[in-house]
Amino acid sequence: MSDIKQPSTGNSRSILKSLAGLLCGAVFGVGLSISDMINPLKVLGFLDVLGNWDPSLAFVMGGALIVATLGYRMTLKRQAPSLMPFYDSTAITAIDRPLLGGAVLFGIGWGLVGLCPGPALANITLAIMQETWKPLVFVAAMISGMVIHGVLMNSTRKK
Amino acid sequence: MENFTPVQATVGGMIIGLAAALLYIWLGKVAGISGILGNLLQPRGSSKDDRGWRATFLLGLIGGPFLWFALSGQSAPALATSLPDLPLLIIAGLLVGFGTRLGRGCTSGHGVCGMARFSARSITATVVFMVSAIITVAIMRHGLGG
Repeated sequence: MSDIKQPSTGNSRSILKSLAGLLCGAVFGVGLSISDMINPLKVLGFLDVLGNWDPSLAFVMGGALIVATLGYRMTLKRQAPSLMPFYDSTAITAIDRPLLGGAVLFGIGWGLVGLCPGPALANITLAIMQETWKPLVFVAAMISGMVIHGVLMNSTRKK
Repeated sequence: MENFTPVQATVGGMIIGLAAALLYIWLGKVAGISGILGNLLQPRGSSKDDRGWRATFLLGLIGGPFLWFALSGQSAPALATSLPDLPLLIIAGLLVGFGTRLGRGCTSGHGVCGMARFSARSITATVVFMVSAIITVAIMRHGLGG
């Protein structure tokens, strides 16, 4: 069976990583469904502080933060994750213009329709079942925005 | 506040937090959806080994809600009537895609994972995109200046 100390090169280790990813993604999607965060109107209800305000999204974030914080704390005394050689530690700590500009642009897009990346992807199968193309158009535009960013970054880096 | 659903919100939120915690405990990775997807889109973004879990995570994220609504018998939100028409969808999608890559994170990456690690960068990003979204909704629903 799996020997945690072995370098992660084996095929079975690859399959385990993929399974772990699949499970985490599915659990994430179920959480979005139960909390109704896949529903753009629910999200807009939180963002609409001047209207009939719905604080639910704050409770979703609160619940997620409690469990995620506990989970991250559990890793403090461990050398490495179960299936990878090291933890991803974010190297960037600067609060710079790309961070602020990106957050402003993302906020505008989020406020326009009530979809952020997780719920947008989680809507794909529901969209197909409900025979509506709208979430698919959003996801296609979102992926285009990501690709455009990547292309622009590459061209500025080469100058 | 008749739409407020504190129990579903908290339980659903804790399940999202569990997914983020497990991804870090098992793989040492941050569950930021824009990062997971964005890295996969970069031709030289990550090694073959790293692409596997990203792809399966997204598959799970896409399939999870389908399984939940099929097994629980709950009714899914009606998406056609909850979303605006084509031009706005495209503009918003482009802004969300570009903005989350430029700011290196979205609601999950900065809002949940970053804040859970008490990152000043993520807390700042979360405040900024929340305020930006709240102003956008105020303008869209109530007109400039309310």
